Amino acid sequence: MSKKEIIEQAEHAKTKKAALGEDVDIEKYTTGTKNYDALNSLDEFPEEYKQSLLDAGIEPSGKERAGSFLQRDRSVVFSKVKYKGLELMSTTDAMAKYDWLEDYLWKAIPVDMDKYTANVELDQSHGYFIRSEAGSKVTMPVQACLFITSDKVRQNVHNIIIAEENSELHIITGCSVYHAVNSALHLGISEFYVKKGAKITFTMIHNWGGGIEVRPRSAMVIEDDGVFISNYILMTPVKSLQMYPTAYCVGRNARATFQSIVYASGDTKIDLGSRAVLQGEGSRSEIISRVIATDNAKVVARGDVIGEAENVKGHIECRGLMLSDNAEVDSIPELKATLKELDLSHEAAVGKIAEEEIQYLMARGLSEEEATSVIIRGFLNVDITGLPDALAKETKKMFDMSLEKVM
Amino acid sequence: MLEIKDLTVEVEGKEIIRDLNLNIERGAVHVLFGPNGCGKTTLLMAILGFPNYKVKKGSITFRGVDITDLPTNERVKLGMGMSFQHPPEIRGVKLGDMVNIARGRKEEKIDEDVIELGKRLNISVDFLNRDVNLGFSGGEVKRSEILQMLAQSPEFIMLDEPDSGVDVENIELIGDIINELMDRNKMPSKRERAGLIITHLGFILRYINADRAHVMLDGRIACTGMLDEVTKHVMEEGFERCVELCGGKGV
Ligand SMILES: Nc1ncnc2c1ncn2[C@@H]1O[C@H](COP(=O)(O)OP(=O)(O)O)[C@@H](O)[C@H]1O
Ligand SMILES: [Mg+2]
Repeated sequence: MSKKEIIEQAEHAKTKKAALGEDVDIEKYTTGTKNYDALNSLDEFPEEYKQSLLDAGIEPSGKERAGSFLQRDRSVVFSKVKYKGLELMSTTDAMAKYDWLEDYLWKAIPVDMDKYTANVELDQSHGYFIRSEAGSKVTMPVQACLFITSDKVRQNVHNIIIAEENSELHIITGCSVYHAVNSALHLGISEFYVKKGAKITFTMIHNWGGGIEVRPRSAMVIEDDGVFISNYILMTPVKSLQMYPTAYCVGRNARATFQSIVYASGDTKIDLGSRAVLQGEGSRSEIISRVIATDNAKVVARGDVIGEAENVKGHIECRGLMLSDNAEVDSIPELKATLKELDLSHEAAVGKIAEEEIQYLMARGLSEEEATSVIIRGFLNVDITGLPDALAKETKKMFDMSLEKVM
Repeated sequence: MLEIKDLTVEVEGKEIIRDLNLNIERGAVHVLFGPNGCGKTTLLMAILGFPNYKVKKGSITFRGVDITDLPTNERVKLGMGMSFQHPPEIRGVKLGDMVNIARGRKEEKIDEDVIELGKRLNISVDFLNRDVNLGFSGGEVKRSEILQMLAQSPEFIMLDEPDSGVDVENIELIGDIINELMDRNKMPSKRERAGLIITHLGFILRYINADRAHVMLDGRIACTGMLDEVTKHVMEEGFERCVELCGGKGV
């Protein structure tokens, strides 16, 4: 598809409502925001914002990160990589640098999927490009942060992530918003390409606020023996978030894992799903979600596995915990099989904290509050597998930190 | 150490324990026999203060404090502990975490101390890392409960059928640890701790030396006596006959 055709398609879809989630009035949010100058180092980033970065798992010193990318509102203010074999830059720069990149744009996600994809194409404000070269295996994570600091801003990013053959790429990405921002819209397109024998782990922390609307659109194309692992953590309120990342396991023995941990509080409205399309023979997927809903939060937790090839295996495990009578959780697991030699399954459970569990812990000396907190912690505690040790520890730390804040 | 007077307990609106009296002195270990469903577990839950077990009448005094209306964790702080017959599963909370909690430590790490305690009950590091009670076999549940008691080391321990489902190799091990936890290896005058053991089949009594035994029938203590005599009657002639023999009082 030529650039002209892409734009045409986007124009057509400009007002196309999304299949899920409440409709967002895009025009309420401005693209005419201030531009920020690039920084020489992350240290130069204003002190007042650093906590918001930390809250999204971003290390402002860049220590123990293979590279860092920081976009403020609609400007890329920092982008640097420390290791050979990795590339990191704004998508805009990458498009100028590589002609071949057009083969990756809107290939995993149709540009006319809905008005949000269309709007990102028509009014793009950068995003990141991360690529690991063939055979390169950097276990230290690259960090990328999309940060909102201005009221009413519309952040339209298009991210492209490519792991070339037999390479390994670990990413921590944090989306954060400065606490003084009352309303903003984040539209984020992320297209992942996991080539033969490659592996991407993607740990994402969302740290939004009660006035932020969020519509990410993500898809992964995973080739033979490729592995994609996503860990998603959302602990803070958000006005409205809808996403349904989709992994296409196109290669033989391709693997996709989605783990989502959500603590929905306040007036948060979330429609969060993960989908795996198993097209390669022997491909596998696992979708695990833990959702806690309290206050007036409304959460739809979806999981969908579509088996289209022989010997594929997919499992969905969705657990919800209700902490308030005004909260709502809908758990919607779906399975679809188109042939007989495969194995798809799901388990879903939604409930409240069992009195018996609280009493058991109290019998070991905890107060009722302490017992409740131990149970909540345990509920959200999914063992993350597939991450390098240091990153797994780091992720655990980030998780503990964000939990600390809400409890 | 524990003094129960005229205790009546209701569960879900049903009276289960009726006018029950029981005294356990510091340094003593008592055994409670009784057929299934007679109210043994209910009594322990009421002593521990679980909210579903409502005290309708009477009082429970522990170490001189009237605990009848205290919440469970306050009773635990005063020094009581319980090994459960059917403890609940808690997802994401590891046995090792429970050991730390029982030790009164906030630490989340399963450290050397926890591992050492585990070893004493033939419990591996892998097992310490499993979600507590989730998919545990009957015997594993018991070892996990005793491990938590070992970690908590309460002055007064209640054991609800610590022997059911435990295999031969481990029952002796559990017996040894219970003896230690209840000061049974010390001279009688040096014993500081006390305990109450429920056993249905009495296996554990081959490994533990207790002092007195009671037979519970239909929510009351129907017979009380020296352990050996009561055990002998119960094992040889059954609960009902034992009660008949002791005429509703001592053997
Ligand atoms: N949570 C409960 N709800 C309703 N009935 C109960 C409950 N717990 C115990 N009971 C009843 O109380 C009686 C005594 O039970 P329990 O104390 O468990 O007996 P034991 O431990 O001696 O076998 C039984 O009839 C049992 O059905
Ligand atoms: Mg019982």
